[in-house]
Amino acid sequence: MMNAPLAPAVKISGLEKSYGAYKVLHSISFSANQGEVVSILGASGSGKSTLLRCINMLEVPDAGEISIHGESYRLTQRSGFAPRVADPKQLLRLRSQATMVFQSFNLWSHLTILENLIEAPVHVQKRKRAECVAEAEALLERVGIADKRDFYPAHLSGGQQQRAAIARALAMRPKIMLFDEPTSALDPELVAEVLKVMRDLAAEGRTMLVVTHEMGFARDVSNRVLFLHKGLIEEDGHPEQVFSNPKSERFRQFISKHNA
Amino acid sequence: MIDLPFIYDAFVQLCSGIPLTLQLVAVSVASGAVLAIALAAMRLSSWPPLDLLARIYIFIFRGTPLLVQLYLIYYGLSQFPELRKTFLWPFLREAYWCAALALALNTAAYSAEIIRGGVLSVPAGQIEAARAYGMGGFTLIRRIIAPQALRQMLPGYSNEVILMVKSTALASTITMMEVTGLAAKLISATYRPVEIFIAAGAIYLLLNFIVSRLFKLFEYRLSAAQRQPLYRRAAGENA
Ligand SMILES: Nc1ncnc2c1ncn2[C@@H]1O[C@H](COP(=O)(O)OP(=O)(O)OP(=O)(O)O)[C@@H](O)[C@H]1O
Ligand SMILES: [Mg+2]
Repeated sequence: MMNAPLAPAVKISGLEKSYGAYKVLHSISFSANQGEVVSILGASGSGKSTLLRCINMLEVPDAGEISIHGESYRLTQRSGFAPRVADPKQLLRLRSQATMVFQSFNLWSHLTILENLIEAPVHVQKRKRAECVAEAEALLERVGIADKRDFYPAHLSGGQQQRAAIARALAMRPKIMLFDEPTSALDPELVAEVLKVMRDLAAEGRTMLVVTHEMGFARDVSNRVLFLHKGLIEEDGHPEQVFSNPKSERFRQFISKHNA
Repeated sequence: MIDLPFIYDAFVQLCSGIPLTLQLVAVSVASGAVLAIALAAMRLSSWPPLDLLARIYIFIFRGTPLLVQLYLIYYGLSQFPELRKTFLWPFLREAYWCAALALALNTAAYSAEIIRGGVLSVPAGQIEAARAYGMGGFTLIRRIIAPQALRQMLPGYSNEVILMVKSTALASTITMMEVTGLAAKLISATYRPVEIFIAAGAIYLLLNFIVSRLFKLFEYRLSAAQRQPLYRRAAGENA
């Protein structure tokens, strides 16, 4: 069953999550195939971040199943308590396969850019340091900040920090990449450089789940769009189809508001 | 009139108390730090009883004079016959260990709050990123939280150590012959308190000067991330 050739990259079924009495996600189900670039759209508070954070268990769902390349997270639950991750080793393994890029970069400020890239590969994945350094240097080259190797995050622009953060995510050799509004904290003139890196990743066939407000990216780069409203998927389809002919009235309003 | 040669003689004589002063500082700061880490962990724990216990401890040891704590330990503990039978008694009947214990318990209370502040200063997003990249438990503390917390708490902690150097003077009240104890003895022999206390003060000043320089150096080494990159280049750190 594990790693069966046809297992989807991410499969989510019946996902539910509440904070206290407030239900953020109502029974979300969808799956993304390998190589798919899925844009997740929705108004603020619709549960996009929560959905993404459930995929690597930064938030543990109340109900439902999530699997990554055919392997489901094992959860346990004592009656009356919230569910917990049952197997820390598995959690670690699955987290390495689905790495996250954050809106506010979250680079580790006491480490240089290179050290940021090799931190988890060396100390979590226990790979050889020399090998990780070589790989990290190549990644920095790729995202165009090889010259910032020995700088600390505080000395980089926002766009450079986010490119470093993407390189950090790549350094884990993930099977899936999760992006939570990767360009929302950036000045408009820096957005393009980050989007370019993401376009390149999409072009090489990476599986990406991208929460974004960049309609251009959703329309031109992704090959699938999900629209979330109040914790439900209201629209799901190819960008060409959903943008030109939305089924949901709310998505129609959402598009016109973002003049996409 | 100030008699400089006499002050100099007093200074030299008082220097023989420095090893004991430093020993008291070292023993109490080291063991106090261990206790402080435990207290800070309790304060940060999500289990309320642990937090409450640490709060009560800190409330008591910060809220009462160190001298009172010292007397209670030195004079008070011998009131408990049960204690006299334990393995602790050979230590606790010694003024030295009573002084070290009082200093350690006291500094632990202050240091715990300094450590807690340092840990809380680590940005939540960076901790979340570490979790998202598979770090947890001890790896997370060692690799991400501790280095940043340490850098943050250093200025506050250097103050605490300086206070401890000065607080060892209280040990003289329970017969310890550290710098202040020797000074008191010398005064009773010479009846020249002003010159002798000037000499004693100069010694504390010197010790604390060294302590603060050491902390500054340490701070500098830990703050590469805050310095300008060009400046680091010039200093040859990026070679
Ligand atoms: N840790 C939390 N505790 C309580 N409520 C939370 C928590 N995290 C999120 N929420 C709530 O859950 C809802 C969905 O949050 P989420 O962050 O998933 O929205 P979002 O779609 O990502 O919004 P945005 O576009 O603003 O980032 C919001 O109403 C938010 O207030
Ligand atoms: Mg969000």
